[in-house]
Amino acid sequence: MSIAAVLLLAVSFTNAQEKKKMNHDHEDMKMDHCKMTTMKNDAKTETILSDYFNLKNALVADDTKKAAQAGSKLVVSLKAFDTDSYSKENQEELEDIIEDAVEHAEHISESAIDHQREHFKTLSKDITDLVAITGTKNTLYQQFCPMYDKGSAWLSTSKEVKNPYYGSRMLKCGKVQKTIQ
Amino acid sequence: MRIVKVIAIILLVAFVGIQFIPTTRNQSDTVPETDFMLVNNVPENIQNKLQVSCYDCHSNNTQYPWYNKIQPVAWFLEDHIKEGKAELNFSKWDSLSNRRKASKLRSIVKQIEAGEMPLDSYTLIHKEAAFSEEEAKEVINFMTQLKDNL
Repeated sequence: MSIAAVLLLAVSFTNAQEKKKMNHDHEDMKMDHCKMTTMKNDAKTETILSDYFNLKNALVADDTKKAAQAGSKLVVSLKAFDTDSYSKENQEELEDIIEDAVEHAEHISESAIDHQREHFKTLSKDITDLVAITGTKNTLYQQFCPMYDKGSAWLSTSKEVKNPYYGSRMLKCGKVQKTIQ
Repeated sequence: MRIVKVIAIILLVAFVGIQFIPTTRNQSDTVPETDFMLVNNVPENIQNKLQVSCYDCHSNNTQYPWYNKIQPVAWFLEDHIKEGKAELNFSKWDSLSNRRKASKLRSIVKQIEAGEMPLDSYTLIHKEAAFSEEEAKEVINFMTQLKDNL
């Protein structure tokens, strides 16, 4: 008897749910783009770079926790970047770079150090490509370690090589490949 | 003793009740033009392997097991499929840029190498989805080649 009552209840509940669902169908999963006024774009590039360098330094120091925190911050600063002031072609390129970089930064924010370093490799390429479009007020050095994963690059504000892929295990492995001004 | 009976009845009622809560099913009759298999020249053995081992959670079409409509299994499946597709959807492969493809291919290779994919909870039931050493090597080589040719 009571089971029958509960069944009835459940059925009416299902109907209500279904109606609710119809309104919500095809919900857009895309992250809504932050539309802020431009002008501050240079500052935003510098924030991205500063988060990236914090991440790099944490990896140099073999500090997983700090790297994860820097990764989370980088996700935020990447998403805050506004592409509006760029040409259409560059906008597409930048959006693509940012989408990719966000994914790697997210993984870095929740992984162990080996994984963080793997993602850091692709992230470094993304950030290098980003800077190639946006430019930066500082001089950067693209450094390269031939040993890690068939050769891997990263960016640094200093000429001196401190390897983020090996940390203390092989701190000095690598050389300056290019100066970015 | 009475309390046990009451709890048993409540559980039974709850179990029956949740069967009526609907879930979204991940099924499609058509294969979109952007599908991984259509835009890449994938050898047949690798096609089969990907279909069996990956496509249930990483495409728009899931081959559901018989118990898929029983709650709470259906929720569990729905959740996994949603998460899997958000990370990688083979059905929409060609809508990705080369940069994104390279990132995804890198992840595919790393996850298979590390034995993280397919998930243990999946291969436990779908024995045929597990990768033998040989199969893993074939798929990894293929994906690496694809990445190098981007």
